[in-house]
Order: sequence, then structure tokens, then C-alpha cells
Amino acid sequence: MGRSASARRRLRPLVGFLTVFVVLLIAWEAVKFIGGDTWHIENVLGTGATFDHDPPLKFAFATDIKLPHIWAIAGEFGNQDAVGDTTVTRLLRAALFTLRNAAIGFALGSTIGMLLAILLVHVRFLERAILPLVVASQTIPIIAIAPLIVIGLKADWFGVAIVSTYLTFFPVTIAALRGLRAFDPRAMELMRSYAASKWAILGKLRLPASRPYLFTGFRIAAPAAVVGSIVGELPSLIQDGLARQIITGMQYYSLNAEYLWATIVVSSLLGIGVYLLVAGVENWVLRHERRPEAAAA
Amino acid sequence: MTTEGQSQARPVVEIAGVSKVFDGRAQRATRVEALVGIDLSIAAGEFVSLIGPSGCGKSTLLRLIGDLTPPTSGTITVNGKPAERARRDRDYGMVFQAPILFDWRTVQGNVELPLEISGASKAQRQQRAMEHLRLVELSDFAGHYPWQLSGGMQQRVAIARALAVDPALLLMDEPFGALDEMTRERMNLELLKIWERTETTIVFVTHSIAEAVFLSTRVVVMSPRPGRISSIIDIDLPRERNVETRELEQYFHLVTAVREALRGDERSGGSPDEDGDDIAARRVAAEGLSG
Repeated sequence: MGRSASARRRLRPLVGFLTVFVVLLIAWEAVKFIGGDTWHIENVLGTGATFDHDPPLKFAFATDIKLPHIWAIAGEFGNQDAVGDTTVTRLLRAALFTLRNAAIGFALGSTIGMLLAILLVHVRFLERAILPLVVASQTIPIIAIAPLIVIGLKADWFGVAIVSTYLTFFPVTIAALRGLRAFDPRAMELMRSYAASKWAILGKLRLPASRPYLFTGFRIAAPAAVVGSIVGELPSLIQDGLARQIITGMQYYSLNAEYLWATIVVSSLLGIGVYLLVAGVENWVLRHERRPEAAAA
Repeated sequence: MTTEGQSQARPVVEIAGVSKVFDGRAQRATRVEALVGIDLSIAAGEFVSLIGPSGCGKSTLLRLIGDLTPPTSGTITVNGKPAERARRDRDYGMVFQAPILFDWRTVQGNVELPLEISGASKAQRQQRAMEHLRLVELSDFAGHYPWQLSGGMQQRVAIARALAVDPALLLMDEPFGALDEMTRERMNLELLKIWERTETTIVFVTHSIAEAVFLSTRVVVMSPRPGRISSIIDIDLPRERNVETRELEQYFHLVTAVREALRGDERSGGSPDEDGDDIAARRVAAEGLSG
């Protein structure tokens, strides 16, 4: 009884999400119904009937090119190319390649971010000297930085991962900086009474106390790592990742708009996937602690 | 217990001519004389309570003994060494008003914390932690997390943690101040049992006259502005104390004596309403962090 109640409570956000998602899909089609191109559907839901509809209005943004029908985008996933690959297998293969570089970038960026935060927390004057540079680094558009990094490092997967690192380290640095100072000041007194070294304070107080903050940083950093990976693939002309598929989608947009939409769907699913992965790890790591309010965000 | 005569010979805490001034950095006006001319000697095995109105510097005095803040002048010796050396040698355990347990550690993990820092082996840590959890009667909760425990239980974990390194001295800063009266009285009895079994010297800061008289061998009465020792009252109750001790005539006499000593201070200008002591303590905490 209690168990099923708690299971229901855990399912509630999922139900909410699905509801919102379905509402968005309906709104999408409603716009097309009111102001899109002419509808012509043969064999509606396998009944053999034909459905024709001429929308009363014409919205410029709701044509079949700009806003394809949802079923057209879904159908695109099953289309085969000349080699016999379906769109879905091609996009998933590309997503996997992008994910690998994003994962390497995330790991590197998180490590750098944490080490930087640990350094800045202990050497106060460095914080004032370095932090503005760290912030400035994020104001340069990644589109401008990516070619410099990728070409500077030979245009291979490693350069791509570094672009991903560049986007990842910042949220982790900021979150870790705050987290490493988020301990209870009385706990610091306790550590002083134990004559604890700086390392012991770091390992036994600062780092464990920072975890809820760190995970907030990781949750922002993980999808950013995916974006960084895709942006990094653009100037490197790497053929294996999602960037190539997005460019293809752009080139053939006027002929096959659904393809670009399919790549958008896969890219965003990848971002959501890595976010959920981080959130899952967070729940597991912090399973014994009552979560501080700050981490609930 | 060692005999009274022997323990009197070796002071665990020796305070001579100590004063503590908190300087407001911006304005001179915020300068607070927290303590002046403190002399106090505490022998091994004693249970000394520091009592006084808020602002009398009793918490500050405890923090000076623990080297959580340095004195402005005078010397403090713990276990025959300067206070800082004694802290570095981990000669004392400290219990604060709040338990300050780490959320991410189990009860046992919390008790093992000071042992980890002092570099004890894993087997040693486990054995000592369990031993001290048994002492505070919490061995069944070793695997629990702090939030699963009541306030009184959490404070017992904090006591076990302070005792885990077998300190010669236990410093307690209003450890039961946040507990309800019933729990507090039970904790008092338990603390006496622990004191008996471990033979530690205890310095205990409290607001409660009853608590001070019931627990102590000596009560140090302090008065504010400037913080100083106004009288020291020997508590010559039988060493074995229990629920009936609170009903002895002698107990009432001693409670009255302490109350009168405190009232004498009030007449001489102390106001029990001001929280100068807490402000001072908080300022010290801030100093300790930035240093």
C-alpha cells in the first residue's frame, strides 16, 4: 500500500511531463490545422479513409516546409538512403559518436572545473585574478572559439572533446566554488579542534558538503557538453557526428524538411538523456542525505 | 578513579592572567572586553562548570582553552603544554551546543571522523567507534544516518565522537542547551556515568544552575562587562550522584549559594538580557574562518 503510494508519487512528474508533451504536439497540429498547408491524408489510421482539409488561414511559419506534420517527422526516421541505412540508425550512430566526445569533454571539463575551484578557494588572491578571465571566456561565442581549438589541435575527435570541455568547465567551476564554501561554519571549528590539515578539511568536509552544489553544476554542464561536441564537429568537417547530419538537413531543407527536424529530435533527446543520467547519479549518490534546499533547484 | 590527593597534584588546565579583547576593526566603539584577569587551575578528574549570565565570556573562556581563538594576553596551559600545542596533539575533545554531525556519514562514520584525521587504522577506528557508541548506548544505531536520530541521540553521538580519541580533557559548550528538560536531566545522568567510566576532566559551560550543581565538583561563577570570575563554589556533594541527589538538603544549599553568587553579579552591573557572549563567540567563529 505504502509502496504503491510512493511509486505513484515518483511517477507523478513523468505523468506531468507526458501531459505537457502531448499538449504541445496537439498545439503544433492545431496551428497547422488552422493556418498550415492543405491536409491530405490517405488511409487514416489504417481505416482506408481519406482526409482532406483546407485550413481557413495561411500562417507563413506553418507551411509543411517550415513546420512539417509530426507524423511526417516520425515517418522520416524510417526512410532508407541509397546504402540501405534508415534515418534512425544513421542518426543514432552519429549521436553515439557525438556522445562519446561529449562524455570525454564532460569528464575533462568537470575535472578542470573542480581543480580550478579547489585552487581558487584556497588561494584568495587568485580568485580575484582568475575568475574574471573564467567569466570572460564564456562571453566569447563558442562558434568563434571552436575553429581555433579544433584546427589548432588537428581536426580530430580530441579537438571536438576540447570544445566540449570549454563549455563544461565553467558551470562546474562556479558550482564548485560555491559548494566548497557551503559547509556549516561550526563544522570548520570542529575540524580545527581536531587540528585537521587543509587536505583533511577538503576531503572530509568541503568536498562532501559541496556535492549538492556540484551536481547542480553537472546538470547544467552535461547538456552543454553535447552542444559543445556538436559545435566542435562543425569546423572540423568530421563526418561521423550529429553536426554532419544537421548540415545535411540544412542543405536539403527545402526538399526534405523532415530530415532536419529528425536531427533536432535526436540532438535534444541526447541532451535530455545525459541530463537524466546526471540527475540519476545525483539521486543515488545523495540517497542518504536530506537534500538542502539549495540543491532542490 | 585516582584518589583525590593525586589528581589535585597535576593540573590539566592552567590559566594565568588571561584576557580577551574583541576589537571592532572599523570603530573603536565596538571594542569588547570579553575577559579580564582570568586565573583558573583545573585538576585531573575534575568536573568544572562555568556559569554566568550572557556576556560573561564563559563560552569565550572555553574556546580559549581549546585554542579555537587566541588570548589577548596571559597564558593557557593544557596538559602541561601551550593550548595550541595541546590542540595539535588532540589532547581534548569538544562538544558544542549543536551536535554538528556530518549528514553524509553514518553514526559510526561520524564517531570515526576524529580517528580518521589522527590517522588511526581502519580496524582501530571501528573498534574505538563501537566502543564509544556502546558507552553512550547507541551501538544499535551505528548504521543510521544523523537525521534519523532525535536531538538527544544526536548529541550523544557528538559526545561519543569527542571521547573517541580518549582525550584527557572534554570541553563542553552548553551541550544540552537545545534539549528539553526531561532529555536534559537524563543526559546529565548519562554524562556523569561517562565521566566516571572514562576518568576524563570535564569543563562544562551552562546557563542552568541546577545542571551546574548536579554535575560539577566545582562551579565557576562568572560576571559580565568585563567578563571575569566572581566566585568559585566547591560542590561537596557525594561523588556518586543520582536522581535522589537533587533532593538532598545540601544540594538545595549549593543551588542557593550559586544563585546568590550570580545575583551578586547582577547587582554589580551585569545584565542577563544582553547576548554579548554569543556575539563575541560568533565573532570569534568568523575570525577563525578567515585566519
